Amino acid sequence: MKEHEKPQPDTTSGLSRRDFMKISGIGAAVPLVLGPTVVYAAGEEVVVHGPGKVPVVLTVNGKKLATQLEPRVTLLEALRNNFNLTGAKNVCDRGTCGACTVLMDDKPVYACSVLAIEAQGREITTVEGLTEGDSLTPVMQAFVDHDAQQCGFCTPGFVMATTHFLKHHPNATEDDIRRGLSGNFCRCGTYDGIRAVALRRAAESNGGES
Amino acid sequence: MSEYTWPDPATRPLLGKKISRVDGPVKVSGRAKYTFDYNPDGLLAGKILRCPHAHARITSIDVSAAEKMSGVKAVQVIQKPGTEIFWAGDEVVGVAAVDEQTAEDAIRAINVKYEVLPHFISDAEPPQNIATNNGPISQDDFEDMEDNQVPDEQVVAAIKQQGISWHPDAKYLKDLQASGADPTVVQALRTAKYAPPSGSRLPYKKTAVQTQGEPDKAFASAVAVVEGLYGASAITHCCLESHGMASEWPTDNELLVHISTQNLSGIAPQIAEPMGIPAGNIQVMQQYIGGGFGSKFSPDRWGIAATQLSKSAGGKPVKIMLERAAELEVAGMRPSSFARVKMAADKDGNLVAWESRSWGTGGMGGGGTPPLPYIFEIPNQRKQNVAISTNQGSARAWRAPNHPQAAAITMCALEDLAAKMNLDPVDFLTRNLDLTGPRAKIYRDEIPIAAEMMEWKKNWHPRGDKTAGPVKRGMGLSIHTWGGRGHNSDCDLTIHPDGSVEIKMATQDLGTGARTIIIIVAADTLGIPMDNVKLLIGDSRYPVSGASGGSTTSGGVTASTRRAAVDARNQLFAKVAPSLKAKPEELEAVNATIRVKSDPSRRLSWKDACTKLGALPMAVRGKNPDKSKPPDLTNSGVGGVQMADVSVDTETGIVRVNKMVAVQDCGLVVDVKTAASQVMGALIMGISYGLYEEKILDPVTGRMLNPNMDFYRLAGIADIGDLKVHMMTGKGYDERGVIGLAEPPVVSPGAAISNAVANAIGVRVPFLPLTPARVLEALEAGGQA
Repeated sequence: MKEHEKPQPDTTSGLSRRDFMKISGIGAAVPLVLGPTVVYAAGEEVVVHGPGKVPVVLTVNGKKLATQLEPRVTLLEALRNNFNLTGAKNVCDRGTCGACTVLMDDKPVYACSVLAIEAQGREITTVEGLTEGDSLTPVMQAFVDHDAQQCGFCTPGFVMATTHFLKHHPNATEDDIRRGLSGNFCRCGTYDGIRAVALRRAAESNGGES
Repeated sequence: MSEYTWPDPATRPLLGKKISRVDGPVKVSGRAKYTFDYNPDGLLAGKILRCPHAHARITSIDVSAAEKMSGVKAVQVIQKPGTEIFWAGDEVVGVAAVDEQTAEDAIRAINVKYEVLPHFISDAEPPQNIATNNGPISQDDFEDMEDNQVPDEQVVAAIKQQGISWHPDAKYLKDLQASGADPTVVQALRTAKYAPPSGSRLPYKKTAVQTQGEPDKAFASAVAVVEGLYGASAITHCCLESHGMASEWPTDNELLVHISTQNLSGIAPQIAEPMGIPAGNIQVMQQYIGGGFGSKFSPDRWGIAATQLSKSAGGKPVKIMLERAAELEVAGMRPSSFARVKMAADKDGNLVAWESRSWGTGGMGGGGTPPLPYIFEIPNQRKQNVAISTNQGSARAWRAPNHPQAAAITMCALEDLAAKMNLDPVDFLTRNLDLTGPRAKIYRDEIPIAAEMMEWKKNWHPRGDKTAGPVKRGMGLSIHTWGGRGHNSDCDLTIHPDGSVEIKMATQDLGTGARTIIIIVAADTLGIPMDNVKLLIGDSRYPVSGASGGSTTSGGVTASTRRAAVDARNQLFAKVAPSLKAKPEELEAVNATIRVKSDPSRRLSWKDACTKLGALPMAVRGKNPDKSKPPDLTNSGVGGVQMADVSVDTETGIVRVNKMVAVQDCGLVVDVKTAASQVMGALIMGISYGLYEEKILDPVTGRMLNPNMDFYRLAGIADIGDLKVHMMTGKGYDERGVIGLAEPPVVSPGAAISNAVANAIGVRVPFLPLTPARVLEALEAGGQA
């Protein structure tokens, strides 16, 4: 087992799946109280969260945000309902459409498919975190220039996916773009503009511009 | 002295240019707040318990456990025991709780018992021997016809022939008129014969046979006759922002509503009646909407439930947004439509005869009658339609109601006839354009442009790609039309003494660019930069503007804005004229100055000119329509042509779009950029319903099998091919005024793709979407696999 795969008891980020497996056999003995409980399981002290609300601290756009959440609350629900960060949208309810895309430790994830307690200790970046005030990033400006949005509901998710994709594939070809941005759906039909955004940014990065 | 025309092309600083949408920056940065994003302090989460059966009677409802749960603030029975439920997913109980999780738990704690009744969901071809429906028209039948935008003449004729089975009172007729119904329809109802309801509950409503000319004779003497089966399956709207509404009561008698709607000005009256409060006490708000496509005109039962729940919870805000499954199952549907068609041409390739037996379903309402034959007024016709009532969530207007289905049926039959006569369909269509009436000239302009963009002459081949290998390539086309005259719209335009300009209008921007074109028109008219105009929309306290349906918004809001801006400009000229020692009519507003036309050196900056207003701002109202002041600024009737180039893998049945072109007219194009985006979007939506989208019902349970975005498949970025859009502009187009654009370009893609597939593989795949299974089945039936 590699070092980083070893189970790390973590008193801030709740329970890993592996820890949960270890203690699930004694679940009935865990009192149903609010807040974390420390139990002794499999030779280690383990923090049990839930089933009621538990303290949760998320690192979002560089800020520590604290609240009380049930362990079943998703990262998307926490961002939208508890922290009023509504740029990530709730559309498909099941990790299909990409409208809720955020970055977690610089990886794009569907925020509807990550539990908020699992996102603790990770660096979360939402669309709101890409800009300050009225400013736009170059990718956002390209979305405006190519009119790559209509109703705009899928747009923040596409902006997150496109931003991350171009950062990691600065020389993307049209084929790469079609594959790389296939995790997001749009209903109004703005794909042609989004393709143009990605192609232009890729061309600009090849030309040495930022 | 005012004249309401669009400015001459030489003097349009902004109109007709390519301008980025003004709300682009807030949308791309996630700062735009939609109804779904409304999140005030103390917001309660609303959830709905839905009926799991396609047809049932509620026998009992026990909400006691839910009511006792901690965190549950209100429970509202929406449909009481004894009520018959006609489709799965219908609303039964609403709950408001402190958060979504608690609301979900409360829904699970409610115990509803049903007597399950037999359901009927099949939209397969109806039996031949069913009787024609000549009985009186019920209120439901009538409202279904209106919802499905059945042509007014047809509604009036049906009322006159069949009578009606209810007594519409004066208030009903008044409300109907106020909702925009044609006066001839209202009059027909007023004078209709009453007949008692027939009591028949057969799911089929068969229209009388409509005959025109002498179809039998024409078929007998024709040189080419084609018979075929065509159609399009039911699809859903699948708005990415689901339907929903948030209600709160600041006082006992005042209601604040946030709603995802295409009909901001029309929501309050629909809530006032069920809630029993004056419509004037209801404020309706919406800044951004995540898609509507014809499905969001009403507060819906869930909106009323949110309002009642809020009342029960002491006026606290309650927000109900539909889950994806409910959105797909009950909040939007485009009726299916299928037809057996016989079509004939004479030796010169002129269309002479049409016969169709069509059917389809739009849920319990039965569904609309597709306008067949589409566009081509074939001289000899016989047609009959059967609307099938099925136990599923009712149809809602889906972009260009009934037109995409009618195009799929007609344009595919036409292409099959061309193939039978060994004619290039472009030539065949062009030869018959006189049958398209007033739009013939537009199509004649457009078809060569589309053919050029597609390199049609070079790339087209007769039916059936004869090259080796399993992947076959083909091309097809379709043409379409729509009305699109501007709706009623009031615009308040205020010029402040500091030179700032403010516009207020209770309209909405569905992502069509409505905000952008209003500002373009105002700034263009006043000769000032666009960022000098502040636009306030999305609040029902602003002047009334019509619903965004039927491509009516662009014409409506630009016409009222143009009138307001022209009047405001002229009033400003009158205030400024003395100081420029000129008459008001000698002035012009250009480049943020007011100046004398004949001597531009005599000028005032816009800002200095506005100080002449004195201490108070100047407010002007512009209206559309304003029939007292011709010529009109908006018009009706557009034409468009689309062509598709596809590849079909005959081993897997997978169809890929290589390229599509759209050539589209919409009169005077206010903003070429957002207009082209809308046409581009329509092509993509068309690829989506042409190849992937289908509302699939389970015959056993009557439930939708794919109420999710994994299996209700939308086209993705990798599915769209190379797309090209050409907007018709200039002489012959500009002078007709502004015409709406939302519906027309979405009509043709399915038909064009189907024709391209037939051209590629040599056989017709009858129904949209052209799924691999349907393609393989057609190949097999045609002996080609």
